[in-house]
Amino acid sequence: MSDTTSSGPMLAADGTPLKTSLARALRRQKLRALALIAPLLLFVVITFIIPIASMLLRSVENQIVSNTIPEATAALESWDSNSDTAPDEAVFQNLFFDLYRAAEAKEHTKLGTRLNYEQTGTSSLFRTSGRKLDKVGEEWQDPIEDIAPALKDGETWYAIMSGTGGEAVLEARRTLWNQMVPGQFEGDVGLTLSGEIAAMLPLTTAAYADWAIFEALEEERNVSKRDPWEAVYAALGLDMRDADVVAAVNAYDGPHAADLQLIAANLDQLPDLTLREAFADLDEDWLDPEVWQTIKIYSPNYTSGYFLNAVDMEKGPDGAQVRPENQQIYNKLFIRTLWMSLVITGSCIILGYPVAWLLANLPMRTANVLMILVLLPFWTSLLVRTSAWKVLLQQQGVINDILVWLGFVDDANRLILMNNATGTVIAMTHILLPFMILPLYSVMKTIPPSYLRAAKSLGATNWTAFWRVYFPQSVPGIGAGSILVFILAIGYYITPEIVGGTDGVFISNRIAYHISSSLNWGLAAALGSILLAVVLLLYWLYDRIVGIDNVKLGG
Amino acid sequence: MLDSTDDQSFVKFDRVQKSYDGENLVVKDLNLSMPQGEFLTMLGPSGSGKTTCLMMLAGFETATHGEILLDGKPINNIPPHKRGIGMVFQNYALFPHMTVAENLAFPLEVRKLDKATREEKVKRALDMVQMGAFGGRRPAQLSGGQQQRIALARALVFEPELVLMDEPLGALDKQLREHMQFEITRLAHNLGITTVYVTHDQTEALTMSDRVAVFEDGRIQQLAPPDTLYEEPENSFVAQFIGENNTLEGVVTDIKGPDLCEVKLDGGEIIDAKPVNVSKVGDRTRVSIRPERVEMNPERLQEGAHTLKAEVLEFVYMGDIFRTRLRVAGNEEFVVKTRNAPDQVRLAPGTHVDIGWLPQDCRALDA
Ligand SMILES: Nc1ncnc2c1ncn2[C@@H]1O[C@H](COP(=O)(O)OP(=O)(O)OP(=O)(O)O)[C@@H](O)[C@H]1O
Ligand SMILES: [Mg+2]
Repeated sequence: MSDTTSSGPMLAADGTPLKTSLARALRRQKLRALALIAPLLLFVVITFIIPIASMLLRSVENQIVSNTIPEATAALESWDSNSDTAPDEAVFQNLFFDLYRAAEAKEHTKLGTRLNYEQTGTSSLFRTSGRKLDKVGEEWQDPIEDIAPALKDGETWYAIMSGTGGEAVLEARRTLWNQMVPGQFEGDVGLTLSGEIAAMLPLTTAAYADWAIFEALEEERNVSKRDPWEAVYAALGLDMRDADVVAAVNAYDGPHAADLQLIAANLDQLPDLTLREAFADLDEDWLDPEVWQTIKIYSPNYTSGYFLNAVDMEKGPDGAQVRPENQQIYNKLFIRTLWMSLVITGSCIILGYPVAWLLANLPMRTANVLMILVLLPFWTSLLVRTSAWKVLLQQQGVINDILVWLGFVDDANRLILMNNATGTVIAMTHILLPFMILPLYSVMKTIPPSYLRAAKSLGATNWTAFWRVYFPQSVPGIGAGSILVFILAIGYYITPEIVGGTDGVFISNRIAYHISSSLNWGLAAALGSILLAVVLLLYWLYDRIVGIDNVKLGG
Repeated sequence: MLDSTDDQSFVKFDRVQKSYDGENLVVKDLNLSMPQGEFLTMLGPSGSGKTTCLMMLAGFETATHGEILLDGKPINNIPPHKRGIGMVFQNYALFPHMTVAENLAFPLEVRKLDKATREEKVKRALDMVQMGAFGGRRPAQLSGGQQQRIALARALVFEPELVLMDEPLGALDKQLREHMQFEITRLAHNLGITTVYVTHDQTEALTMSDRVAVFEDGRIQQLAPPDTLYEEPENSFVAQFIGENNTLEGVVTDIKGPDLCEVKLDGGEIIDAKPVNVSKVGDRTRVSIRPERVEMNPERLQEGAHTLKAEVLEFVYMGDIFRTRLRVAGNEEFVVKTRNAPDQVRLAPGTHVDIGWLPQDCRALDA
């Protein structure tokens, strides 16, 4: 036996401090408990936590702009977004090569679609311009091939570009490709760039490297035999506009130096077209500063734009601003969703409470039959039930027929019960009713009838006995049922979709629309995140006001 | 025994019947009359209809036939909350969402008493059950005995003239039960309240009540003060049900007077008894003798008294008394209790003794 009266720490039988051995015993218990829930934990993480995290991420993620036209967005940094003219040539030059790459990989339409969420018309701007970039390149290709016919041949280009020391340039271009289409551009390109050429003709080298990477890794062709893109000729032409480059070319003695020098000698045959003009020719809108504002606003990797959109705001050059009245929809939808969920919860309480009371107080056999009736809806598919409501609620439907037949409603003024909020409330109350009745029932079942009798024997009328004694004890059931119904209602989708029309749809219908039709997943994610936040907030409020301990799902 | 014109009666059941299902009578022809201030206990085996009677009185069940009168007025059509009857339930039925004080204030609130009066009465009621310090607690924070007292206080706080208690001590341990039995009777007598108390514990019934109504099968078998009930049971059910009891069966052979008859047991032995439920020679009877009234020292008996031969089967030392089990006239469960006095002999099993009794202690009842 250890001496427990000594001043030191209490010791267990084997001499270790009692605290340590207790901790060890508890740890083993905890590990065992953890092992038991491990499958569930894993399941929850994979199917619940990860999707929610990815949704949250998607609602702020915006890499597509800087990944698709990286150099243009970088060059745009120095452009003043409040100016009333489009950016200068440098930006357009970068845009040309960026967009050329994107167009080849057919990524430019995605970018167009993304920016179209913010400014309509952008989508077609990118689509049509991307298609015509070849033509712009040909402005240079034709005269260059006339001056130096050897450059018609891909093998000549390969010879010019090959060498050593330019590996870094190739890898830098590969990184750009991989940003645009992750993981697509791994492997051997079959080209080692010449460092000397890279230093002398930077645009050309970059454009050639872009082409080579795409040609080798996407098209899986041999770059030494193939003719490069039109953009490479344009790049050569643009490089040659610099007098220093011309001087360097004239001093160059690498492979096919003569051909390059031939071009340097005939610069007057090359077009003096700027890319700014070229883009303006493709589409006037490229000179519209608003387009560039949008691109600049959405060029950071993360954006609050989706969230602003989700609350009917937008990003202007000076920060967030409220959208014009006629473009606001989401705030109204959020409020409607909350309000209608409340109404549905309220009607479920009103309709469900007496049923639950009957269930809890009828003799066993009758109660069982009633219980089956309550659960019956669960046996049929949600879609079937909702469609059945469609049949019941239409203007020529059963309910209207009966009301007309009973004379409550004039045949000419049949009630509009569907494709509006009324329809949604009716159908959803019916569908969610069991979720109110069951927790209420299980709580009421535990309230002994002797309480009511006691209250009456103490002098309370039936109503007082109910209100002062029975009702307060059933409140935890109301709480549990309300939370269930409200949270289910707030995210409901199918029923409002089918019977809701335009006035009765919920925010979730809008989310579904953005996920499956407009493909604006970022906005859908932002709306979903806000919905999640609202639910958590309400839950927190509920906990503060009612107390979550006051919720009982059963005895 | 009942006088239906009795003006003294405060509570009165007049030929009351009750059936739940329309087939079986749960209460059959119940007649009962209680004067004001009486403490009456309904005692009986499970299912004998005690709770049903109480519920009819409280108004939660309606009598299928007959009348219940309270203070001379029929109450069949008065709803429970207007009857003004205090009630203590078996599970106490304290409202869990209210504090003790709120529970007690409830009947006063529904009677629209003003706040000061309410507080005053609640305080008095709490002090009465020595729970003055517990007003702020919830029922769940009290022990069983404390809850019991609160339930009692709540039933009394609005000063009803009649209080019903349905096995209020059923959930308590023995010591607490005995204590509460004492408290309840003390309170009931001090306050002069008429009380109907239901139990199936006979000790409780005997120690607490002014009168006990023994229920069986929907009928009152005997209604009498505890001592009468114990010493002079009117039929063999009551004799069996109340206290320990020895029975022997036989036929009446001779009736010598109102207090003496001879019974020939089935084994041929002749004994003396007091005729209670037998009227003529030849009636079959079951005689009943209390274990403490059996005399094992025949010299103490009267001249000419009959005795029986018995063999000791078992001897149990119980402290204050000795309990000796005998074989008497073929009955092996015949028990004799003797006081642990200095001169009392302890009989070893196998010993043969003669036993006897005073004729008035041996009651010849129905067979
Ligand atoms: N609500 C009811 N419906 C149908 N039968 C009932 C009902 N309540 C009681 N009974 C029946 O009536 C009979 C008497 O019941 P009661 O509750 O009065 O007995 P009790 O004397 O109080 O018994 P216990 O000592 O077990 O409480 C029983 O046979 C019981 O089954
Ligand atoms: Mg009972």
